[in-house]
Amino acid sequence: MANRVAIVGVGQTYHRSTRRDVNQQEMVGEAVRAALADAQLSAKDIEAVFTSNMETFEGIYLPDHLMVDEVAAFGKPGLKVCTGGTSGASVVAEGFHFVAAGLFDLALVIGFEKQDTGDTTAAITASVTPVWGKGVATGAIGEFAKQALTYMQRSGAKEEHACMVRLKADRGACRNPYAHLRLGLKSVEEIMKSGYLVWPLRLLDFCPQSCGACALVFASEEKARKMTNKPVWIADLITVHQEPFRAGSFGDPTGLETYTQEVAAEKLYKRNGITNPRRDICMAEIYEPSNWEEMSLYEHFHFCEKNEGWKLVEKGITEIEGEFPVNPSGGVIATNPIGATPTIRVAEAALQIRGDAGEHQVTRDVHTAVATALGGPNWTVMTLLKRSL
Amino acid sequence: MAQRVGIVAVAQTKYHPNRADANEGELAYEAIRQVLQETGLGFSDDGDGISSAVTCSQDFWDGRTISNLNVMSYVGAHLSHEDKVAEDGVNAVYTAMAQVLSGKHDIVLTVAHMKESQGDKSIIENAAFDPIFLRVLGLDFLTAAALQAQRYMHRYGITAEQCAKVAVKNRGNAKRNPYAQEPMDITVEDVLKSKMLASPIRQLDAKPVSDGACAMILASEEKAKKLTAKPVWILGVSNCYETHYLGDRDLADCNALVKAARKAYGMAGVSDPLKELDLAEVSEEYSYQELLWMEGLGLCGRGEGGKLIDSGVTQMGGQLPVNPSGGMLAGNPNGVAGMARVAECVLQLRNEAGDRQVPGARLALAHGVTGICGQLQAVMILGTS
Repeated sequence: MANRVAIVGVGQTYHRSTRRDVNQQEMVGEAVRAALADAQLSAKDIEAVFTSNMETFEGIYLPDHLMVDEVAAFGKPGLKVCTGGTSGASVVAEGFHFVAAGLFDLALVIGFEKQDTGDTTAAITASVTPVWGKGVATGAIGEFAKQALTYMQRSGAKEEHACMVRLKADRGACRNPYAHLRLGLKSVEEIMKSGYLVWPLRLLDFCPQSCGACALVFASEEKARKMTNKPVWIADLITVHQEPFRAGSFGDPTGLETYTQEVAAEKLYKRNGITNPRRDICMAEIYEPSNWEEMSLYEHFHFCEKNEGWKLVEKGITEIEGEFPVNPSGGVIATNPIGATPTIRVAEAALQIRGDAGEHQVTRDVHTAVATALGGPNWTVMTLLKRSL
Repeated sequence: MAQRVGIVAVAQTKYHPNRADANEGELAYEAIRQVLQETGLGFSDDGDGISSAVTCSQDFWDGRTISNLNVMSYVGAHLSHEDKVAEDGVNAVYTAMAQVLSGKHDIVLTVAHMKESQGDKSIIENAAFDPIFLRVLGLDFLTAAALQAQRYMHRYGITAEQCAKVAVKNRGNAKRNPYAQEPMDITVEDVLKSKMLASPIRQLDAKPVSDGACAMILASEEKAKKLTAKPVWILGVSNCYETHYLGDRDLADCNALVKAARKAYGMAGVSDPLKELDLAEVSEEYSYQELLWMEGLGLCGRGEGGKLIDSGVTQMGGQLPVNPSGGMLAGNPNGVAGMARVAECVLQLRNEAGDRQVPGARLALAHGVTGICGQLQAVMILGTS
């Protein structure tokens, strides 16, 4: 095995629907400066910069080239990866590979999206094949409505359970100063009253469009141990991408559920000796585009048995104070700057391990955490973080 | 580097002005199929198969959000690791190499694909400029390159004839490359008489619209030696960003290339590149760029790119043949171009370059460029030992 890699700096912007006060590169610069400050580094210490977003969402071609000066990349190596919703985790994976390879000792890994300058749903619709896909393309909302319906039918979950997930997310978001939607929701009824986007998904069941960025500083083991007494180690990571016409993908009218999460989780757990995920992993930050999806993802990641995801919610197991907290940050239904969303999952999991999550720090001691990403035709990336190796 | 990474197989499509008969995936698969057949490999994560794919394409050019989704069914990485690098192809090879060195993957497939015939170059490239201050000027990579060519020629007295010689040399070399799109018997006069695109760049100073794909398989040292009798090793590699705003740069400089080259040479233990290299494959979208990149790569002094082409050093049979494949001027799509440069180096180092073989080639340089006036430069040194 090559070098071990640690996260030694975490930074994110606050998140809003619109950021008229900054352009894309200025916004990303905010996250970069925060991450450098957290790592107690200056821009000149960084050796390489890896970025990711979905270019078509903002209509800027080669955005990493535009923001060279703001992300400390001038005169340095780096590149951009772009894999749809998983982009912000794919860039974590590639940043990890370059540092683990021994090619760099200190690297910046950045996810960002400024959705107020584009049309995300139009761009997502442009992901399907132009020949036979365009006629049935629905963007993300239709796709996740289909998956919500499938989950409701097979698991016996009620709309109330989805609302409870939203309430949990909002309680987290209200304790997270960086979260986008901090609504102070009080009751299931309030959520039930929000209008339908696509049945059975209501407005408050689904993730918002956010502007924001998240930056991480990765360090080789030698550097990390010198720099901080709270390194967060990237113990393992796994990417499982699948063909677009497999189960559950955009354009598949059967609404079949995906299984890349199961493939990823099973391989990752096996490689790392995780036999009981809820015991061996202390908390999770997952990419849940809707509250329904969160319950189904609990099952796919083997946090519980099949059809029992909603029971975890009912029992409060995934609350901040619960036995296995999931998305104490408020998650994706509170904050969704798409290219940054998976990077934020990793950042939040790292903060929980450090004990630096502030008001949304979970009650349970976190020595191991998992961050997940979802994108494309239900692609999965998982990152396993640990306090010590 | 702690251990070496080998390239065990390469393949390319023939580059073509308009492959209306194939979609992006089908085009990519023409190259992928060849490297799979040559090595007998398939995808598996048991350590003996390919466990990761690095694709290389641009959403803007494909007109598809998540352009890797476009080719996923053809790449074969179903339920495996797959990432898309949205830069020139040398950076995809660099990423694949990092994956192998990281210890996470032993064998990685990388593929770059592009159908320029489907996109509008000027509209796409204009979208790369700062939306507030620069887009409204109507700049694209051609007009920006024209500014760079003017500045470079003015500062160092480089002549249009010297630039034209690059076009003549490279399109002539292409006659011996079966993959090349535009092999041509042309003279300097032909170039100077061709249509003006953006002064001083004329039609024959510019690369043609091109469709094509390139694929290769990289492996750890141990696996590479088992997979082929002729592995080609990546001995050094780096890339480097230049700043975005043209007004912040002296366009006659190429500092990012100087830095990338210095690091790649350092890793490979190359101290006198002109003497030590047996050939160089550089990405010259426009003829002046080959001269400017020669300077950035330290193959001649600053301002001496013109003298270098005049001296014949970079001709086939010269001390350092540059672009025996015909280069980008003979036709490669953006993004694929850098990987095609690596592929040509591999063929040369394996002594499989046919009529254009550089005799006894043992050390080669591949160069790739992404963005406006060479904003992201990548350099890779490849060798047989």
